[in-house]
Amino acid sequence: MSNNVDKTPDSKSHDSSRRQFIGYGAAAMAGLAIAPGITLFDLAHGRAPEEAASSKVRWGMLIDSGKCATGCNDCVSACGKENGFSGSRETDSQWIRKVEIKDLRNGQSHSLPMMCQHCEHPPCVDVCPTGASFKRADGIVLVDRHICIGCRYCMMACPYKARSFVHEELQDQNPDVPRGKGCVEACTLCVHRVDRGGQPACADACSAAGHNAILFGDLNDPNSEISKRVATLATTQVRGDLGLNVGVRYQGI
Amino acid sequence: MNIDAFRKIEERAFYALAALLGLVVLIGLGAAHYMETHGHVVTGMTNQIVWGLPHVFAVFMIVAASGVLNVASIGSVFGKPVYKARAPLSALLAIALLAGGLTVLMLDLGRPDRLIVAMTHFNFKSIFALNVILYTGFFAIVAAYIWTMMDRKVKGFSKYAGFSAFIWRLALTTATGSIFGFLVARQAYSSAILAPMFIIMSFSYGLAVFIVVQSFMYAWNGLTLDEAILRRMKNLLATFVGAVFYFTIVYHMTNLYFAKQWDFERFILLDGGIFTTLFWVGQIAIGTLIPLAMLLHPTLGINSKSVLFSALLIILGGFAQLYVIIIGGQAFPLSIFPGMQETSTFFDGAIHHYNPSLPEFLLGLGGIGIALLITTIAVRILHFVPQDDFHHVSKDALTD
Repeated sequence: MSNNVDKTPDSKSHDSSRRQFIGYGAAAMAGLAIAPGITLFDLAHGRAPEEAASSKVRWGMLIDSGKCATGCNDCVSACGKENGFSGSRETDSQWIRKVEIKDLRNGQSHSLPMMCQHCEHPPCVDVCPTGASFKRADGIVLVDRHICIGCRYCMMACPYKARSFVHEELQDQNPDVPRGKGCVEACTLCVHRVDRGGQPACADACSAAGHNAILFGDLNDPNSEISKRVATLATTQVRGDLGLNVGVRYQGI
Repeated sequence: MNIDAFRKIEERAFYALAALLGLVVLIGLGAAHYMETHGHVVTGMTNQIVWGLPHVFAVFMIVAASGVLNVASIGSVFGKPVYKARAPLSALLAIALLAGGLTVLMLDLGRPDRLIVAMTHFNFKSIFALNVILYTGFFAIVAAYIWTMMDRKVKGFSKYAGFSAFIWRLALTTATGSIFGFLVARQAYSSAILAPMFIIMSFSYGLAVFIVVQSFMYAWNGLTLDEAILRRMKNLLATFVGAVFYFTIVYHMTNLYFAKQWDFERFILLDGGIFTTLFWVGQIAIGTLIPLAMLLHPTLGINSKSVLFSALLIILGGFAQLYVIIIGGQAFPLSIFPGMQETSTFFDGAIHHYNPSLPEFLLGLGGIGIALLITTIAVRILHFVPQDDFHHVSKDALTD
């Protein structure tokens, strides 16, 4: 039997390399087994500031208009509080608004929040002359306040009227959400919260109110609640005819 | 009056005119400063009507800038002597109008202090960014064109420079029309027809501006425009006005054919308030039918005063047309949920209102002041009054 054969120094080293191989193999297997867990843990707890956003993730929201109560404005108030704006004059910023829609054919009404739809192919990014409007790798559409020249072409291009222009000097800003007179802005999907592992303020507020109409999550992760619901329920992309593949989906309209 | 006395008066008049235009420019700059320090809240623009009166002025001047160059193109590219004599003035007006229009556009930005950003950061997918390049190139090409017309050493290149400028101006106006044509979500825009429509609008506005400036210069110098030249130019103007009318009809007929566009067409053509009035009275009656009737009239058409009056009406009609296109197009609400009635605190589903403010108007006027000031000074320094020494040219060459 080979087991009884005297081991030469050569065969000893061969054995040890085999053991090493098995050891590495086991470590690799263990790594593979727990990697998704680690990834999920990472995503759930945000990412390090020096780490770039990843296209492995696509952040999105699913809004159930059946659960969204007419007259409830909690998501709008929470967004204003989080991002530092208020007011509903024609010149005031509104990153999110409640829209009441009524089907003219059958009289059915729905109430739903409308905000930046974080398109995969955002028209605002296409038209922006300086590249200030951009889409992050994880699907969040943002405005770089340093290179926005305030031409407002993105506002002309957005099919959702999701963008606002800052018409006057601002006071008492949230340091997490820099805003500035003369620049265009829109829902950031509370990127500052998401990067720390949280979720948008509107989604939190909706849950706190007990409506749970706004579900936030990773559309790229087949195991996420949002992906499962998008895969099984009839959901709608607003102005789906434009083929923009939006990150915000609606249910019940 | 002897020639010295005339020169003295003329010099005084020149300085008075330059000072007046300088004042208009200063007032415009003051208005822009006021808008920048206080923010756009002091204008009539809102988050619903994001482009207002300054855009109407700016787009008019930019479109007219490329159109006014046509006079030079007809001379250089198509070899018509009557127009060749006017080529330097035409090229100068093109530069002046573009400078005026771009200044207004730039000063209406939320952050005009970031002009350098616009010149150094380019998103090449954006038609706006492409326009920045086309506008800059237009200045360079037309300046080179003027050089080839003025310097005998490079005169041989004039035809090539003229041809390049002609191609470039077509690209420029295509891109200007496409600023609107590429807006897929808005019912007023999102149409390929806007690009050629803007080109033909530029032909019409540009020639009208040229005729007004030329009439003024002839009157200033106590000259009378040759009737044959007047006839040719007014015939061309009438053709352009007719072509704009044709495109307007095609644009609206196309919309009327699409059921989803009916509400928008009803808004512009029937119950859009100021926009409906501006369309029918401003664009169609004042800007199209009355000048067409005057230009084609057997006696009025050859009267220099009535041709000048027609050109002024066409300019007014042009402003009305751009007001309807730019502001009317935004006033009609976006259809975010087609087939549904929409209401919200952000004025979804509602007709948006726009009340232009004085600073916006003064900024626009300042842009016109810039264009006229550049023209006034340059014409005097460079002697760009058209020289009609073509009487030796055979009659056959004097075709339209």
